[in-house]
Amino acid sequence: MTEATTHAVTLQKVVKRYGDFTAVHQTDLGIEDGSFLTLLGPSGCGKTTTLRMIAGLTSITEGDILIKGTRVNDLPIHKRNLGIVFQNYALFPHKTVQENVAFGLKYRKVSADEARRRVGEALELVQLPQTADRFPSQLSGGQQQRIALARAIVIQPDVLLLDEPLSALDANLREDMRVELKRIQHSLGITTVFVTHDQSEALAMSDRIVVMSAGHVEQVGSPEEVYNRPSSEFVARFLGASNILEARIVSADRTGAKVETQGLGTFQAAIDQDETRRFAEGQKVKLSIRAEKLALTATGKGAAEVASGDAPDIARFDGRVTTVDYQGQVARYFLEAGGHQLQAINTIDEHPLSEGEAVSVGVRARDVVVLPQ
Amino acid sequence: MPSGWSLIRLGTILVYLFMFAPVAVVVLLSFNSSQFGSFPMEGVSFRWFVELWNNDAIVRAFQTSLVLGALTSVISTTLGVLGSLAMVRYSFPGKNLIATALIAPILVPEVVLAVALLLFLGALGQPKSFVLLLAGHVIFTLPFVVLVVQARLVGVRREYEEAAMSLGAGPVQTFFQVTLPLILPAVLAGGLFAFTISFDDITGTLFWKPGGVETVPTQIFAMLRNSISPEINALGTVMIVMTVALPLLGAAAARRLSRGRGGG
Ligand SMILES: Nc1ncnc2c1ncn2[C@@H]1O[C@H](COP(=O)(O)OP(=O)(O)OP(=O)(O)O)[C@@H](O)[C@H]1O
Ligand SMILES: [Mg+2]
Repeated sequence: MTEATTHAVTLQKVVKRYGDFTAVHQTDLGIEDGSFLTLLGPSGCGKTTTLRMIAGLTSITEGDILIKGTRVNDLPIHKRNLGIVFQNYALFPHKTVQENVAFGLKYRKVSADEARRRVGEALELVQLPQTADRFPSQLSGGQQQRIALARAIVIQPDVLLLDEPLSALDANLREDMRVELKRIQHSLGITTVFVTHDQSEALAMSDRIVVMSAGHVEQVGSPEEVYNRPSSEFVARFLGASNILEARIVSADRTGAKVETQGLGTFQAAIDQDETRRFAEGQKVKLSIRAEKLALTATGKGAAEVASGDAPDIARFDGRVTTVDYQGQVARYFLEAGGHQLQAINTIDEHPLSEGEAVSVGVRARDVVVLPQ
Repeated sequence: MPSGWSLIRLGTILVYLFMFAPVAVVVLLSFNSSQFGSFPMEGVSFRWFVELWNNDAIVRAFQTSLVLGALTSVISTTLGVLGSLAMVRYSFPGKNLIATALIAPILVPEVVLAVALLLFLGALGQPKSFVLLLAGHVIFTLPFVVLVVQARLVGVRREYEEAAMSLGAGPVQTFFQVTLPLILPAVLAGGLFAFTISFDDITGTLFWKPGGVETVPTQIFAMLRNSISPEINALGTVMIVMTVALPLLGAAAARRLSRGRGGG
C-alpha cells in the first residue's frame, strides 16, 4: 500500500490565494483513515478555507487534494461524498427532520424502506428518534446540531467535515456535545476533520491537531505532543498558559541541552534526539515552560530543605508572588523572579500562597522546551 | 374646542375620502339600474355586469388582458428569478452594469420606454405584434420581480445550498429542492405584481398593441371617447376586484404556505 491510500484525505502543496492575499500558504497534510483531525488556530488563520477546499466549496489556487487516493481538484462537491456540518446547522427549514436526514439518500440508490431504516438508525445514534416529524424551528439549538450531524453521517460519507459545529451552543451543552460527537465518530470510525479555535475542544477530541497561524501550519501532532512539546513560540502561547524566556545554548548533546537565561540562571532542558542537530553552542533560543510545570514552595520552610529533596534534574530559582488568582482546586500565581514576570498554576493543598510571599520555584528538565528563536 | 388629534383625524378622513370616494362612486354606480351613470341611484341591479358579459369587444379585451397578464407574469418571474440568482449568488465582470440595467425600466418614464421599444422594432423592420406587446410588458414588470426576489434571496444563507450539494444534490436539484422553496413567497409576490401591473397598464400598451387588439384598459379608454356608459363602471368594478383581491389572496396563500412548513 502506498502512503496516499492509507490516508483518507491528502493535501499536496495546496495554496489558496484571494487576489494578492494568501489565505493558505503551501500546505502538505495527510489525514489518516478513521482518525479525528482538528484544525486549530486563531480567527482568520485559514481553517475554514482549508476545510472548504477539502469540501470543494472553495477552489484551490495551487496543489492537489486527494480523497481516498483520488485527485478531486475538479470534482464538484456533490460528487465527493462528504458529510458537512455547518456552524449554524443549515437544516432545511421547509423540510421535516425526517426529510432533512433523508435528503442525501435521495441522490444515492437507496430504496424507500432502506432509507427509512437508515434515517431511523441515524436518529437513534444522535438520540433524537422521536423528532422525525418536527420542523427544525421546533427544535432547540443542541437538537438541531444533532440532526445536522445525523443528516451528514446517514449518507456514510468518506469524510466528515465540521466547521466550529459547537460554537453556537452554550457552554454546558457544548461539553456534552463534545463527548457525544467523539462517541459517534468513534463508533462509526469515520474520518473527521474538525475546525475550532477552542484549544480545549481540540485537546479533548482529536487524534491529531494541526495548529495553524496566518495561513501556515505551525505544528502537526497528537494533543499531547502539541501541548507538551510545542515546536514554536506561537504554539506554546496558543495552547494553555506558557512562560516564554529568552535563553542561550551552553551545550547540547543527545540527552539534552544546558541553557542559560538572563536572571534565572542555567537550566537543563530536554530535547529530542533528532533536535540535537538544530541547536549549536552559543545559539540564541527561547524556552517554553507551562504554567502548571512551575512548582512553587514557600521559602519560609527553609530553602535548603526544599532543594535537598529534589531530584537531580530539577532546577531552582527564587521568586515572589505578586498576584493570586484563586480558582478553588487550583490557584494561578503571578510571580516576579530574576526580572521576569512568570505565571504558575499549582494545585492547592490546605491554603493557597499569599501575595508578597517569597517562593522557591522548581522546574524539571523535561518540562523545559527549547524553541528556535 | 377640537383638540389637535381630532383635527388630524378629520384631515386623514378627508384625504381618504378624496382618494377613495371616486372609486366608491364607480363601484356604487355599477349597480345602478338607471340608464344614466349618475346619482340619484334608481335601484340595485346587475344589469351592467350582464351587459358586459354580452359585449363581445369587452369579453375579448378581457381575454387578451388575462392571457397577456398571465404570460407576462410567468416570463417575468422566470427571468427575474434567474437574474436574481445571478446577481446574488455569482460574481462576474459587468455585474453592476447589468444590475442597473435590470432596474432601469422603473426609472425611465414609461412613455420613453414605449417609444424606444417601438423605434427599435421599426429599425428591425418588424410590424407591431402581440409578441412586442408581451415583450414590452415583460421589460416593464421585470424590475419589480427582480427587486422582490433579490431581497428575499439575500436573506437565504448560502449554507442551505452548500449543505444540499454536499449531500449529493446537483445545482439544478439544489435549486428546486432548497432555493426555490425558500424564496417561494417572494416568487409568488413577484408574479402577482407582474400580473397586476400588466393587467392595468395603459401607456405602454397604447403604443405597442397591434391594430384591432384591445386590453381592458385600452378598451375602457376607447369606450370613454364615445360616452360614459354605465358599463364602464361595471368594468371598473371588475378590475378593482381583480387587482385588489388577487394580491390579497396571494398574500394569504403565502402566509398559509409558510405556516404549513412550521416556518412560523
Ligand atoms: N472570499 C474571500 N475573499 C478574500 N479573502 C477571504 C475570503 N474568504 C476568506 N478570506 C480571508 O482568508 C483568511 C482566512 O479565512 P478563514 O475563513 O479560513 O479563517 P478562519 O481560520 O476560519 O477564521 P475564523 O476562526 O474567524 O472562522 C482571512 O484573513 C479572510 O479574511
Ligand atoms: Mg472559520
